[in-house]
Amino acid sequence: MTIEPQAIEPQGIDSQASDSPASDSPASDSRASDSRASDSRGSDSRAIDPQGSEPPAVVQPGGNGSAAVAGAVPAAESTTLPVRPLAGAPTRRDLRVFRRDDWLNLCGALASGVSVALLLFGRIAPLSGVLGLIVVAYLAFLAAYALLVRLGGDGPQVRDRIWTVVLYSAAGTLMSGLFLVVGFTVVRGASALHHPNFFTQDLSDAGPLDPLTVGGIEHALVGTLEMITIALVITVPLGLTCAVYLTQVGGFGSRFVRTVVEAMTALPSIVAGLFIYATWILILHFELSGLAAALALSVMMLPIIIRAADVVLRLVPGNLREAAEALGAPRWRTVWHVVLPTARSGLATSVILGTARGIGETSPVLLTAGYTTFMNTDPLHGPQVSLPLATFELVKSPQPTMIARGFATAAFLMSLVVVLFVLARAVGGRAPGQPSSRQVVRNAQRSARDVIRFSRRPAPIALTASRVNSHSADDTSGETREF
Amino acid sequence: MTAAPEPRDGDPTVAVISDGRDPAGVGRPWVPAGRPATPRRLRAKSNAADRVFRGGARASGFTVLVIMLAVGLFLSLRAAEALKAVGFRFVTTQEWQPDTHRFGIAAVLTGTVLIASVAVCFSVPLSTGTALFISEIAPRWMKRALVTLVDLMAAVPSVVYGLWGLFFLQGQVVGLARWLSTWFGWIPIFAVDGADPTNPLATASVYTASTFIAGITVSLMVAPIQCSVMREAFSQAPPGEREGAYALGATRWGMVSAVVLPFGKGGIIGGTMLGLGRALGETIAVYLIISPVFQIQPHILQNGANSVSALIALRYGDASGFGMSALMAAGLALFILTLIVNFTASSIVARSRSGAQSEV
Repeated sequence: MTIEPQAIEPQGIDSQASDSPASDSPASDSRASDSRASDSRGSDSRAIDPQGSEPPAVVQPGGNGSAAVAGAVPAAESTTLPVRPLAGAPTRRDLRVFRRDDWLNLCGALASGVSVALLLFGRIAPLSGVLGLIVVAYLAFLAAYALLVRLGGDGPQVRDRIWTVVLYSAAGTLMSGLFLVVGFTVVRGASALHHPNFFTQDLSDAGPLDPLTVGGIEHALVGTLEMITIALVITVPLGLTCAVYLTQVGGFGSRFVRTVVEAMTALPSIVAGLFIYATWILILHFELSGLAAALALSVMMLPIIIRAADVVLRLVPGNLREAAEALGAPRWRTVWHVVLPTARSGLATSVILGTARGIGETSPVLLTAGYTTFMNTDPLHGPQVSLPLATFELVKSPQPTMIARGFATAAFLMSLVVVLFVLARAVGGRAPGQPSSRQVVRNAQRSARDVIRFSRRPAPIALTASRVNSHSADDTSGETREF
Repeated sequence: MTAAPEPRDGDPTVAVISDGRDPAGVGRPWVPAGRPATPRRLRAKSNAADRVFRGGARASGFTVLVIMLAVGLFLSLRAAEALKAVGFRFVTTQEWQPDTHRFGIAAVLTGTVLIASVAVCFSVPLSTGTALFISEIAPRWMKRALVTLVDLMAAVPSVVYGLWGLFFLQGQVVGLARWLSTWFGWIPIFAVDGADPTNPLATASVYTASTFIAGITVSLMVAPIQCSVMREAFSQAPPGEREGAYALGATRWGMVSAVVLPFGKGGIIGGTMLGLGRALGETIAVYLIISPVFQIQPHILQNGANSVSALIALRYGDASGFGMSALMAAGLALFILTLIVNFTASSIVARSRSGAQSEV
């Protein structure tokens, strides 16, 4: 840590100021008490606030009897600001994090790092390889940068600069990993992607040596859509009601259910596939089909969706629920009209992200769906194939055209995931209780309708004892009218 | 609907409160005399719709519970058959020949743990650095973009990472693997059998399809998960302490190392273990990259590796009834391992200072 020398300066002023009343404290009783007070205040401010922004109230040293009287009036009137010593007026410190010489240091270090690496790899040492070049250049750059910063600063500054650079490069590496993965897939698949037949045909006509103008992945797309639809039909109602049970109903057993669901998020996806394979196909003797794959995906997605929805529902502010209950709403009305609308964007996000996970999962489908190159629109009978499974099977083939098709399938799958993801961001991303603009409009319309409805009702009658009794009798009968 | 109970005779609350004014009449706050007022008992009388709602919610919770328990119980029951046949040898045998009752998870489980360890070694510095960068250094616009990109990275299907590892990374890493084994081959895990560093024309195939390559690929998959858990923890570091460090003259890194890192320690450990849990269960990318061997392969740079999930994907098709039960046992072992790792992770995060309010 560095402490700038300027930071000590105000302390000197402070101690000077608090010294002066102490020096003439024996003058009179009232002054003595005053000075004690100001003295203690002075030392206090020295202890906790080294910047000394507000100097203590000080009685003028040259004061006479009137000053003694002034000691009794509020301190604000008798305060004088200490005169700053003008010798060498302090310049404003430059508080910017990054100054011009920092830029120069960075550029110089970068240049020297690259030069050292090129020199080592090209002339001096028998080294080769792009990866090695980058690593050596980076290390040389770090060393040169540390040296340059050390010339103008001290140890803490060097550490700060070096770590900042390291953090930048960590983020850069991770992001370049993402772009490499995405870019590589798109580039390798581009040759197959720009043939329109890729999206309109299945692979049954495409022999191993056929060009990319024959065959496509329509069958895998249909399979994926059917599987994920069935899986969503199973998981969304079950998952959301289970999350409502965990957060809104609770009671005996909900903790146990939550623990089990949490444990099941650790279930490896291939084990979910193995479970369906061993029960649905080997014991119950159903065939390999899209339905079996959808069941395996459901087993895998259910804990993910429940967990995410549980977290979102728990974020719904308690006072909204309490307000609904205080208005006399039964629990289901509270949930339906208050809790679920409040958490809607978060719930949608959790479902969409669960869908994105399910759509990209290969291993449960690998075990349960079989593999086919034919179009099969019936999820109940016959093998079906999904996009990730098609990718997986295509790249295992030795033919370059098949591998290109595999990459194109992967790129298409990725674009599907990105679309889902953008959708999730557009729908969600708002904290519970922050309505979208359309929700605001709808709420305003609804409350306008309520105003009309209320105005049509007969005016409320003043509460008399008899009315109160009839009301309470009414209430206990267990009926709620308009909420 | 919650209806307030009607006042009954003999109810202490009602009896005492009946006279609201204090007897002395000097305006002091009223103090209950005699027995202290007990909280009222609130009883909600539920109507039919409410009962249906509660019943429905309970039923769905119960259904989920049954499904989840069925998975666990079925796995354990089928696994028990295979475990009974070989007993403790299941943990020590390296081969996988269930039909001759010679099978065990010594090789595949070691392989799984090795791949996950390599993955974590690569992903933790990357994800910690990225999380610190996002929470401490990046300007606001970049912060939002980076958070989105990291989340997107977590959603990229694993088969895409597998393709990248197989077709792109393998070619790039062979040079690094050769260099490591040449200069650091004296460290046992970096040794490569059959490699000849003095022969410049030696084939690179001994360095392909290794634990190392699979681990790097998996590290890219788990880094985003770790990064988001850590970022969550770092961003909760109290601003008062941050400003305190700055006021004492700390540089930014001084502040980070004195405030943010100790505060987010639970997040770092928990996020790491959560990523480890994901890495242990990864199937398709590993299956695409490795060439399976059924012996303990501690040389991470050398061709040949294995993992439990790859074993299941490899052998499920031709498994007999007993072979299926053996695969179930392997799957159960993997499940228990990930379960332990995940629960440890979430309890560490929940107990740490930064994770008290956050959800993993």
